Amino acid sequence: MIAPPKPDLVTVNIDGKEIAVPKGTNVIEAARLVNVDVPHYCYHPKLSIVGNCRMCLIEMGMPAVDPATKAPIMDPATGKQKINWIPRPQIGCGTNVSPGLHVKTTSPMVKDAREGVMEFLLINHPLDCPICDQAGECKLQEQSTGYGRGYSRFVEQKNVKPKRTQLGPRVTLDDERCILCSRCIRFSKEIAKDDVLGFVDRGSYSTLTCFPGKQLANNYSLNTVDICPVGALTSTDFRFKMRVWFLKQTNSIDTETSVGANTVVWSREGQIYRITPRRNDDVNDTWMPDSGRELFKALKAPDRLTSAETVDALVARAAEVFKQGPVAVVGSGRSSVEEQFLTKKLAAALKATTALVSRVGQGDKLLVSADKNPNVRGALVTGLIAALPSQKLTDLAASIDAGKVKVVVSVGEDLAAAGLTAAQLAKVAIVYLGTHANATSAAAKVVLPTLSVFEKNGTFVNQQFRLQKFAQAVPGPQGATNDLIVLAKLAAAAGATVASDLGSVWKLLAAEIPNLAPITYANLPETGLLLDATPFAALPFVEGETLHFKPAVAGAAVAAKA
Amino acid sequence: MAAPAQRRIIFQHIDEAGYSNDIGCYVRHGGYEVLKKAVTRKPEELIDEVKKSGLRGRGGAGFPCGVKWGLVDRKSGKPIYLIVNADESEPGTFKDRYIMHQDPHQLIEGTMISCFANNVKQAYIYIRGEMPHGARILEKAIAEARAAGFVGKNILGTTYSCDIFVHRGAGAYICGEETGLIESLEGKRANPRIKPPYFPAVLGLYQCPTIVNNVETLCHVKYIAEHGGEAYAKIGTPNNTGTRIFCVSGHVQRPGYYEFEAGKITMGQLLNEVCGGPLPGRKFKAVIPGGSSAKILRFGERFKGKRKVGAEMVDYDWGVEDVPMDFDSLGMIGTMGGSGGVIVMDDTVNMVEALANINAFYSHESCGQCTPCREGSLWMKKITTRMVHGQARNEDAALLKSVADQIPGRTICAFGEACSWPTQSFIAKFGDEFKSYPETKKTAKPAGAHELV
Repeated sequence: MIAPPKPDLVTVNIDGKEIAVPKGTNVIEAARLVNVDVPHYCYHPKLSIVGNCRMCLIEMGMPAVDPATKAPIMDPATGKQKINWIPRPQIGCGTNVSPGLHVKTTSPMVKDAREGVMEFLLINHPLDCPICDQAGECKLQEQSTGYGRGYSRFVEQKNVKPKRTQLGPRVTLDDERCILCSRCIRFSKEIAKDDVLGFVDRGSYSTLTCFPGKQLANNYSLNTVDICPVGALTSTDFRFKMRVWFLKQTNSIDTETSVGANTVVWSREGQIYRITPRRNDDVNDTWMPDSGRELFKALKAPDRLTSAETVDALVARAAEVFKQGPVAVVGSGRSSVEEQFLTKKLAAALKATTALVSRVGQGDKLLVSADKNPNVRGALVTGLIAALPSQKLTDLAASIDAGKVKVVVSVGEDLAAAGLTAAQLAKVAIVYLGTHANATSAAAKVVLPTLSVFEKNGTFVNQQFRLQKFAQAVPGPQGATNDLIVLAKLAAAAGATVASDLGSVWKLLAAEIPNLAPITYANLPETGLLLDATPFAALPFVEGETLHFKPAVAGAAVAAKA
Repeated sequence: MAAPAQRRIIFQHIDEAGYSNDIGCYVRHGGYEVLKKAVTRKPEELIDEVKKSGLRGRGGAGFPCGVKWGLVDRKSGKPIYLIVNADESEPGTFKDRYIMHQDPHQLIEGTMISCFANNVKQAYIYIRGEMPHGARILEKAIAEARAAGFVGKNILGTTYSCDIFVHRGAGAYICGEETGLIESLEGKRANPRIKPPYFPAVLGLYQCPTIVNNVETLCHVKYIAEHGGEAYAKIGTPNNTGTRIFCVSGHVQRPGYYEFEAGKITMGQLLNEVCGGPLPGRKFKAVIPGGSSAKILRFGERFKGKRKVGAEMVDYDWGVEDVPMDFDSLGMIGTMGGSGGVIVMDDTVNMVEALANINAFYSHESCGQCTPCREGSLWMKKITTRMVHGQARNEDAALLKSVADQIPGRTICAFGEACSWPTQSFIAKFGDEFKSYPETKKTAKPAGAHELV
């Protein structure tokens, strides 16, 4: 492993605590490292700095030196170098550390400045927390509790602004709640590259709005809701649905594409209410696509597969089907690493060929990649497949036509969509494992309902070969069984004994796959772990460049040829 | 002591009979001769002259012009821009407007000399949106100067080329703040930039080093290039060199513009002798010496302290009338020379009502970026408006002061100071009037009292 170069460290003193931080760090981030909270609104670690909210004001000073000799001036009272404190407060977000910088975050000047800013922010704020969706996760609430005076001296009329502007298909704006921090404007411009938001009017009457004729409709619009420190921007979908403090947070992964954006699933009593991004500076920073936030809606779809039969009865029927002749197994790039491993075990027990279906679409160069399967690399790492999958199952079709395959086990893949004709499907007996109905499940002899990503634990390997885990947020529906149990039972029916619980599967994975040797599900960090990608360096992956990802040269060369 | 005579070096031809703003008239009066000589000199020499002159910026802050030029990043390899700040919007100030309307070529010549001295290839005149007439005059004057070879390609047959464009603002006071002006010139909303890192001298217009100078300052540069820095430094007083134009408005017999050597005339001489004193039967009550954001002075208050005269420290004990009109003296007594807009109020003025007017202006002009200024300026306006038009409370004075104290020093640009200083100083000096305003309101207004805005 190549150690990253050591950054230039600078020693600073924050509230009396010395700390060495990398050069270029600002005071807010440096203070975070010594567990000192510098309250702020407009500052966001992934956006440009504008310094307009004035909440992060701190008192700062530099060690005194004699202007002529550059010799340190000592303070006789303390015996230490004297500090020249700047008489006016400075913004923490726009102040980068320099050697010897001293910062006070609790001095009377800072306290007074924060109380002033808090009071100003609240005078024209509607204070409608009881009906505001942001309540419970509102910076204005938190910081007025922490740093405000606790009473109001404002007796004038508050400003009146538009209350429910539809900025786009997914975002609703309440201008009265807006504190004009401009985070959403900067996000749209700098990250989403869709510069549609701006302020009109001046001073306290400034109003956030879309440019005339424009809409905040890009696939990242809901990130503006996430970064809005107050309840001005709310999700049209989540609005008024649930108080956030009732919701359980579960770490998950966006399964739309091979980017593997880290997410948090917010649920209560078995029902998911929203999905938000989870910070991972190596994958998705603090963002995720809007499209990935709606995936949970499929859980309650009418075409969700369940079965009144027990899983054992279904497996027994499947075992009968297996006896009809040679078997082919179609695995899935949407299955977890563990499921792909058991799929491989099942295929081995059935002496079956294996295949995977690829899904290639458009990438957006940000957090949607061209590979719409979240876990093709997992299939490579587990050895389920040796080469990249193709979009059509032409080999399997030929085998069926030639009569070499009589039974097909499909793990969630619609074979019709993967290029098999109705005639070909009619020639074989199909065992289908999956969550939702399709042409293949309709044609199947046995359908084994399984769980979605929100209903189980597991791991994916994203385009960077980063192994990332997701956890169960809600229980699965009655009549659907965990994929691992189904696969293990099928394998057992085919004569192979494999474990079906995650811990045991990981012991097998660690034993059989050197790349995964030291890892267990439990010790896998929440931000994932990079696997050794060199065995697969020659493969022509389909992904183009996205945030924190540059395709390897092999892939690029193939793309250039195409 | 009698007031000294005016010394008009910038306003030499303003309101002169027969003097017109076309190039022919300007050249007849010796115009562009200084530029002709300047382009034969070394640019560094010209910068040195300006440094020696001690010229301080006339936009309001009084920052030394030579120092400003010295801060420009000349090693970056990027082009250097010069912007003429003609966004004269400070209430009470009307000097740049006269220069642009009546003597635009003086500004163009000063601009070209400054451009040549700083190797600027492109200059912009950012003129206030409310001065369409001035913009048209400048456009015409620049076209004349371009045709005559004073502006544009290969000026006066040299290899040096520099063009000037006029850019009209859209009517925002904040565009007078140099980084707000730059944002506006770039086509954006005029939100002033944070400093650091965006010092205009390094990262200004289009992220290139940029000089922003006031209209009057550049006219002074022309004078300095003509007569030399040392000769200029002899005008006025040490550290307050040259002349100052005072725009006197309000309750005096003869309001108008007056140009004097800096520091050679006192407030009393200016108001009583030059401007003819108060209106008949009235008494001076207060004066704002440097545009409406400067702190107000109350007639009758005394200022005591020590000041430097030559090498010695001398005690002073001044009334408002005794204060010399220069940056340092006005700074010493807690206000500022600012842009030279002297606003006079006599005993017919109620200070609560005057402040309500000023607050209305500043709350309307805050760009809305920084929380303290955005919310504070409107809150102060709402309080003073309520006091005047609604119910005034005894505790409003204390509240106003407290709100104002939460603003200055905590914002990106100096607008925080500009909007809070009036309130702070009005309350500090006329606190009684604010306290008694609920009573004052009960009595009928005197006949002929001014209509409230």
